[in-house]
Amino acid sequence: MSTTTYRTCPRSGLQFEHQAEWLMKANAFVGVVWLLIGGILAIGVVLTRWPAFHWLEADTFYMVLTAHGIDMLIFWIIFFEVAILYFCASTLLRCRIATPKIAWLAFALMLIGSVVNNVAVFRGGSSVMMTSYVPMMAEPNFYLGLILFAVGALIACFVFFGTLVVAKNEKTYQGSVPLVTFGAITAAIIAVFTISSGAIILIPTWLMSIGLVKEVDPLVYRTVWWAFGHSSQQINVAAHISVWYLVAAIAFGAKPMSERVSRTAFLLYILFLQLASAHHLLADPGLSTGWKVVNTSYFMYFAVLASMLHGLTIPGAMEVAQRQKGFTKGLFEWLRKAPWGNPTFSGVFISIIGFGFLGGISGVMMGTEQLNMIIHNTIYVPGHFHATVVVGTTLTFMALTYYLIPVLFKREMIAPTLAKWQPYVFGFSMYAFALVMMGAGTLGVSRRHWDMAFQGAALAYEWPGAAYLMMGLVGITGLAAIAGGAMYLYITVGSLLWGRKLDTGSVSPKFTPVPRAAPSVAAQSYGSMGFAAPGTFVLAMVFLVAFVLYYFINWKYLSTLWGLS
Amino acid sequence: MSAILPPSERLWIKHPIDRVEGAWIVIALLWCLIMFAMMVGWHIWGNQNLSTETYRTTPEQFSEKTQAMVDKYTVRTETDEQIPVVAPPPGSDVYLLARLWAFWPILELEKGKTYRLHLTAMDYNHGFSLQPANINIQMVPGFEHVVTVTPNQSGTYSIVCNEFCGIGHHQMVGRLYVK
Repeated sequence: MSTTTYRTCPRSGLQFEHQAEWLMKANAFVGVVWLLIGGILAIGVVLTRWPAFHWLEADTFYMVLTAHGIDMLIFWIIFFEVAILYFCASTLLRCRIATPKIAWLAFALMLIGSVVNNVAVFRGGSSVMMTSYVPMMAEPNFYLGLILFAVGALIACFVFFGTLVVAKNEKTYQGSVPLVTFGAITAAIIAVFTISSGAIILIPTWLMSIGLVKEVDPLVYRTVWWAFGHSSQQINVAAHISVWYLVAAIAFGAKPMSERVSRTAFLLYILFLQLASAHHLLADPGLSTGWKVVNTSYFMYFAVLASMLHGLTIPGAMEVAQRQKGFTKGLFEWLRKAPWGNPTFSGVFISIIGFGFLGGISGVMMGTEQLNMIIHNTIYVPGHFHATVVVGTTLTFMALTYYLIPVLFKREMIAPTLAKWQPYVFGFSMYAFALVMMGAGTLGVSRRHWDMAFQGAALAYEWPGAAYLMMGLVGITGLAAIAGGAMYLYITVGSLLWGRKLDTGSVSPKFTPVPRAAPSVAAQSYGSMGFAAPGTFVLAMVFLVAFVLYYFINWKYLSTLWGLS
Repeated sequence: MSAILPPSERLWIKHPIDRVEGAWIVIALLWCLIMFAMMVGWHIWGNQNLSTETYRTTPEQFSEKTQAMVDKYTVRTETDEQIPVVAPPPGSDVYLLARLWAFWPILELEKGKTYRLHLTAMDYNHGFSLQPANINIQMVPGFEHVVTVTPNQSGTYSIVCNEFCGIGHHQMVGRLYVK
């Protein structure tokens, strides 16, 4: 079996196995192509929802919106995540990838499935949105494409697990797997649960679309679909947080403050994050209060707790590493002297802050049973998930790409100055985009809606002027974010096409085992007030104050509504 | 670079926790408990809780009940389509159906009075989004959701469908009056 070779990257010291390297490249590349398609579709969505432009026709808009959601949330992210999984197993553990042929089969299934699905959408008969709630039906190939994609992704997860077994058996490392790999394992475990849920509900729906099954219950569909739809976002969270730890290690040589805390937080995700998918059903009939509260409060808050821990430990680890280098003045010298011109770092840091302050806090609002009533299905919801999935996941993956271009793709990055600015342009316009959508949602504006002016409706409702203003800002900030995305695509694709080829590094038929980390010195010897990372702690307290204030403002707003019981 | 290397301690579970993390865990956990208490407490002391009273229904059954209410309590009709405006007595059962692409009928309620509002979707999923109050409830076909409502402000309200339901979705707006 040892016909493969291992390449040691001269720039990073990372070791890439030949087959795994090509699999990572292929998956990451196809992911970026989906990002390009989804980004082009975003132009249509944004310019139509901007009331002053109202660009696309209604049927085109709903079609484009369906495709934008699926291409971005599912295809772009999961292709890229498969590349990350292979990286975290094969590259970090320095072993060959298990069953490369099956991994290519997984890739082919995902590729075919995603194309089949998109063809069905662009034929126009499947404008059912990403959620495709029954009894609204799409073309059979819409579901078939998703099922093929899901089977491919599931196989990829098992190739990842197989690779872990290979590493263990061939003793490429000692002791526990690295934290980043540990995070990737949690992502893969969540993925197995997620994809199985998707199969459980999409297979009968597909059979219904071809007439073999008579009915799929709408509420059962919603319940099981969200075990897929929301949990798939938990794969993203686990994956992008793993990348945060990775980048902290790469950019600063930072080590986790406490392996115990970080890993326990990942374990909390496995145990509780999926249950949080219940929050999509808080405004639904037929589910008991107890069920809603237990799932979204009792269980979801353990997942929230886990995110709050990661949100502290990652900047905390960076701070400790910076203080060890001598940036010890005051609370924030470590942050001021951080490599802000390195897009891998700046992208991740902008992502951490935005994910916590915008995505995290708004997510908890939506997940609160009563507060959900003032948010459900308003444009607040896409505001929230653009803060989590775009600022959180997509921006993190973009930042990682800047690292991977020389290391994995062996190309010198073109336009380094543009790359330096890209995380700021994309990240901050996405912050603003998410915020104004939340603002419009607070005023009640609906999501997935072609015409807020209700032209032609007999009983049209007139939204307040502020809602129009917010939606205009959605248009402006959305275009700015699209420009930031275009910068990324130009740099990435341009580097692969025209970037100077870099030295491959030495190729060996054997792997070099992974060394152990140096024993941890007591981190407590740095910092002040007996705190290893006082600056991070202050930031965490600012976050907490914002969280508490916004949380109670929403309760205050809720208390002015009609009595409901 | 230890996040990408195996930890030096064989058992990561024994890795020490420093004070920053320890303090933050305690604070974050307390905050989670407060949020948990809010959600449960609002059911006891708060006035805005979504009812979970639900029955299975069919479009025929629900139309029949809605029609009976319309026949009994219609006070006038509005628009070219002659949509009935229905003013049922306080405390009674009130029916609102959502279908492609309208809410039916128009309800007229009294401020400060309580009604049992029955909601269902006749075909696809629809969204009950009461504006400008901004109360949003999912309407799922096959399920009759009984929500007890007490309007606290008089005026003209709109009910906007905020669940995508096909090509006429953006024209699906209903009305509701509170006297």
